[in-house]
Amino acid sequence: MQKRLANWGNYPAITSEESAYTQEEQLRSFVVANHGFIARGNGRCYGDASLGKHSLSMLRYDKVLSFDTTAGVLETQAGVTLDQILDIIVPKGWFLPVTPGTKFITVGGAVASDVHGKNHHLEGAFSGHITEMDVIIGDGTTVTCSPDRHTDLYWATCGGMGLTGVITRVKFGLKKMETAYIKQKQIKARNLEEVVRLFDEYKHYTYSMAWIDCLQKGDSFGRSILIVGEHATKAELNGKQAQAPLQLPSKPRLTVPFNLPSFILNTFTVKAFNWLYYGKNFKKEINNVVPYEPFFYPLDAILHWNRGYGKAGFIQYQFVLSLDQKDGLIAILRRISEKGWGSFLAVLKVFGRQDSLISFPMEGYTLALDFPVRKGLFEFLDELDEIVLQYGGRLYLSKDARMKQDVFWKSYPNAERFAEIVKAYNPGKRFESLQSERLLLTK
Amino acid sequence: MPTVLLLGAGSDMAVAIARRFAAAQYDIQLAGRQAAALRPLQQDLQIRYGITATVHSFDATAYDTHADFLAALPVTPDITVCAFGYLGDQEQAQHDWQEASRILHANFTGAVSVLNVIANVYEAKKAGMIVGISSVAGERGRQSNYIYGSAKAGFTAYLSGLRNRLFRSGVHVMSVQPGFVNTRMTQHLTLPPLLTAQPEQVARVVFKAVQRKKNVLFVKWPWRYIMLIIKLIPEPIFKKLKL
Repeated sequence: MQKRLANWGNYPAITSEESAYTQEEQLRSFVVANHGFIARGNGRCYGDASLGKHSLSMLRYDKVLSFDTTAGVLETQAGVTLDQILDIIVPKGWFLPVTPGTKFITVGGAVASDVHGKNHHLEGAFSGHITEMDVIIGDGTTVTCSPDRHTDLYWATCGGMGLTGVITRVKFGLKKMETAYIKQKQIKARNLEEVVRLFDEYKHYTYSMAWIDCLQKGDSFGRSILIVGEHATKAELNGKQAQAPLQLPSKPRLTVPFNLPSFILNTFTVKAFNWLYYGKNFKKEINNVVPYEPFFYPLDAILHWNRGYGKAGFIQYQFVLSLDQKDGLIAILRRISEKGWGSFLAVLKVFGRQDSLISFPMEGYTLALDFPVRKGLFEFLDELDEIVLQYGGRLYLSKDARMKQDVFWKSYPNAERFAEIVKAYNPGKRFESLQSERLLLTK
Repeated sequence: MPTVLLLGAGSDMAVAIARRFAAAQYDIQLAGRQAAALRPLQQDLQIRYGITATVHSFDATAYDTHADFLAALPVTPDITVCAFGYLGDQEQAQHDWQEASRILHANFTGAVSVLNVIANVYEAKKAGMIVGISSVAGERGRQSNYIYGSAKAGFTAYLSGLRNRLFRSGVHVMSVQPGFVNTRMTQHLTLPPLLTAQPEQVARVVFKAVQRKKNVLFVKWPWRYIMLIIKLIPEPIFKKLKL
């Protein structure tokens, strides 16, 4: 069926032929019979990684296959969303080993993007928790791969944007927890220096991230709130929470019903928002126990928040720079504050070490920013790309919709090796997305 | 716990219906031609909802097997949902009897055969409910799909007769007219979004209607009126239309 498709950033939007199947045999026949398509999950990556002229929706390939409640191992088809998984595992005392800032992504998407969470510095990316997975490669065969089996396919599939084949089944380890609550600590930082110091001071916390007000100048440049947390133990809960430690109170959901006109977002409104956000924490430090949902998924509470950026959509710009390149971070934030193009959301996080082929994370600082699409934005982002390159960093493919070819090839050290593996499993560009064409990932 | 039998459990609509009932703690019996292909769904229902789901091999057109199939079920289901169907290719069916007969047997005779057996069991027990997924295509024959439509028309008439007969025994029969549904069966078609339901919506509406014992259910309300208008067009005019 012809469908209008866009990912979460609403840029770009295209018309695509969509197919969907519920059985492996059907998927296999589809793979063998078609060319130039890309498997697609819930469309929550931001750019064009899961967009193609022809797309294979995996949302109906959504069966949970096994759940070992003693060892904490879950096996699912690729189209199950993290949201559905949490409903199953949390009441049994288990949690996702790694989760990004939205739970509305599929397991297949989590692998293809090799997602990271607030615990990357201690527990790595999603790929570090998979015990095995199945991929239907270009010739239609299903290959079971893992960190010790068909390792080239495994590492090229984790973070490989669906270009090695169709991920069909994933088995991964879960994390034990006592309660569905998080003991969180929020600390105000006056500027970038302070937040970087705080990150170091609190690096033993499992979860950490900071929200940055990127429109501040002078002494307050980079003022932020560091948020760290741990899974709360039963002993740390009181009252209602303690009675049902694995059950969350239900809440009505808000939604943005249509695209807001884009003039609503301007320097003034973003400044006001940031002022309120920073100001709502009166005290230097707040300690409390909160349900896991607002801690991990603050924006999921507002369904379709992406419409807040208007019809033209937005770009989420996320880069990583190694730990010794703090100057690069300062240079980029300065550019943004000079230009006055702040975003509502600027999230800073420290990644731990990760050896990977094509996944985004590497030890260092990662910053994610939203910019509404408007005149001059792409030129401005090209300038930021130059700074990222200059400091040896790279951009997150799951959020990219516009980087130039040379930026990718210069910044991902294993790009050539990745392309070779992709060519072996995906001859003749059977799997192809707008992004892979733009960046020549399947050259 | 009450049990629901799904005949044709592999279809997208049946999967959604199975999940909706399982979420309300019904046990589920999944019946279909390729039993092995139903295993993932069986696991899924058990893990997600903590209910018992079983898988049974069932072929709608193997009429001789239907009595044994029902007798072999671990428990007699409280609700039987007849969800199988085959859209087929109208143009091919006009020239090729194989295709025409596949359409007729999958949608009509197969359904009559299996529901006859179930109806007798329910009548004797004086309890039970039958839900038949028919189609708005059965409301009036149109050149674009009258072979499928005629089979569904037969099925709709069968269900209404069955409802009439079983009323006295306290057995309820519900006919569902889903209209367009976004499933694998229709993925090659371009459907009007406002008139097209998602399988999950069908499941929600069917579940609610089962609790309320509705007789005839249109999943999206405009269909009731669209079909009323289509039925009211006088034949001399209707035959000239390209529908």
